[in-house]
Amino acid sequence: MNQSSSSTAESPKSSLQARAARRAFGLSLARAALLLVAASAGLAGCNKKSDAATTAPAGSNAAAVAAPSKAPVTLLNVSYDPTRELYQEFNTVFAKYWKDKTGQDVKVNQSHGGGGKQARAVLDGLEADVVTLALGYDVAILADKGKLIPDNWQTRLPQNSAPYTSTIVFVVRKGNPKKIKDWNDLIREGVQVITPSPKTSGGARWNYLAAWGYALKQPGGDDTKAREFVSKLYKNVPVLDSGARGATTTFVERKIGDVLVTWENEAILSVAEFGKDNLELVAPSISVLTEPPVTVVDKNVDKHGTREVAEAYLKFLYTPEGQEVVAKNHYRPRDPAAVAKYKDQFPDVKLFTVDELFGGWSKAQPTHFNDGGIFDQIYQPKK
Amino acid sequence: MRFKTRGVLPGFGLSLGYTVLYVGLLVLLPLSAMVIKASSLGPAEFWLKVTDDRALAAYRLSFGSAFVGSLLNAVFGVLVAWVLVRYRFPGRSIVDALVDLPFALPTAVAGIALTTVYAEHGVLGEPLAKLGLKVAFTPLGVTMALTFIGIPFVVRTVQPVLEEIDPDVEEAAAILGATRFQTFRRVIFPALLPATLTGFALAFARALGEYGSVVFISGNMPMRTEITPLLIVTKLEQYDYAGATAIAAVMLGASFAMLFLVNLLERWARRAEA
Repeated sequence: MNQSSSSTAESPKSSLQARAARRAFGLSLARAALLLVAASAGLAGCNKKSDAATTAPAGSNAAAVAAPSKAPVTLLNVSYDPTRELYQEFNTVFAKYWKDKTGQDVKVNQSHGGGGKQARAVLDGLEADVVTLALGYDVAILADKGKLIPDNWQTRLPQNSAPYTSTIVFVVRKGNPKKIKDWNDLIREGVQVITPSPKTSGGARWNYLAAWGYALKQPGGDDTKAREFVSKLYKNVPVLDSGARGATTTFVERKIGDVLVTWENEAILSVAEFGKDNLELVAPSISVLTEPPVTVVDKNVDKHGTREVAEAYLKFLYTPEGQEVVAKNHYRPRDPAAVAKYKDQFPDVKLFTVDELFGGWSKAQPTHFNDGGIFDQIYQPKK
Repeated sequence: MRFKTRGVLPGFGLSLGYTVLYVGLLVLLPLSAMVIKASSLGPAEFWLKVTDDRALAAYRLSFGSAFVGSLLNAVFGVLVAWVLVRYRFPGRSIVDALVDLPFALPTAVAGIALTTVYAEHGVLGEPLAKLGLKVAFTPLGVTMALTFIGIPFVVRTVQPVLEEIDPDVEEAAAILGATRFQTFRRVIFPALLPATLTGFALAFARALGEYGSVVFISGNMPMRTEITPLLIVTKLEQYDYAGATAIAAVMLGASFAMLFLVNLLERWARRAEA
């Protein structure tokens, strides 16, 4: 055997190697220490994002214990990015309500991330009890491809299964130096518009459809005109971030662009967080009514025996208490009382729905956003 | 007096079995799942998807910037390794440790940091913009990010080889009348070439698949700064699993061809050396 030869005697060369090895070891210790520091800094940095991964198993185990014994129950709510604060507050309120009503403890784990990615995770086996996503399209896929929920999922809860809504508005720099008032200001020359890529961001699809709808609703507006309008708008977009929060960072922290097109709830938060001295919210004359739908994932709740509490969880969103939490977190409530109470928070914007103008997401998605769709053609004219 | 020593690991058969299982389970199984998914497309459809204009533009950007980035690393990485091995200076071990940082940093953190520095109003972005050079949100920014993540690959493959080359060899060459350049070209360079090529290939392969750090600095403009991995994510976002795996299969094939080519080159370099 070959390897036997080197082990017989210590030649000068091998002692040299040993010294080199010792030196290398000392070095690698220093290196390892530095790496550790770097890695932990990195981890701390992305802690916020990592809850998606860690909460998953908890939901599947604890939920196996069924309700009759009044043992604590755990739900997993898989949601999209900006709802983190909303559901943090809502979960506490719901846990108290459920405890008072049934005597059972309920813990709701949250998972947040890009809407499309979250839907794929559930489709691929993340055992969510409920999903609360940004687009009907992402929920519909759970019915179409995964058969996890029935086809009529959207009619099971009132108002298209969307207990809260929002809309798309603008954020501009303090004093509105470019005088941006409405959608047609976004296509002016010299105005830089920040919006994420509708190919990867659900929120960005709402932005796109809002602009399209505006053009359509103008006197003499039709699909050709709308397409021209949207093409011009995207000519003014210098960066297409992959997600809504990324676009906010580009606009607010990197100070790129003159106007950020974003969810109303994100806009209110950004203005509050980064100071009224820096940013202003501008509401366009007309915009899209965004309806982020919620649903129980039938296959998973039946497996976990959590259907009763999961359904109660979603229904609670529609109650006055639930609507109060919704409004406090800058989503538009459905309940007339809450609407009246929080009237001042939400600017008066004329709203249209995707169903009205685009025939629903199942039509809008392939026409505008799938490969070869109108958005692609803006950047890549058809031959 | 020579006798057969026993290896540390028991039994060739057992350890080989474990090796095959390990590689099969962790590497081949996911890859074959990918190929199977991609082959659910017909050949014509597959071809259409992978040669679409947008995909071609993405390949050009991904391969081009990965190539330039790794080439830069091949040159400057060798330089860094040289300095680290041949010179003793205060703070050397810190510099040595810094080389590994791109390994350890979560790629998204790296991307955000790079973008902050190179964006229009960033520390370096601002003066560069005044010179008319835009880094963030251009192919240059993509190359920047790919260079960043590739550094450790070249340095760490070249370093041990360089440690093995005795400085005496250089002295000998000088005594025999070689100029500095000749010593480098005839003595040092041939010995370093195989390791440099390996480092280049590793950095290149890594850069091709890089997503996290690039999406922040690239700006993701279709046809201009869209990298191939982003195209894959885009397709997944439409639940087009087959299309995504088709592009992935092309990337896999290209990476494999690349590694194969470099292996050949390396073997050739070793033979030329011997």
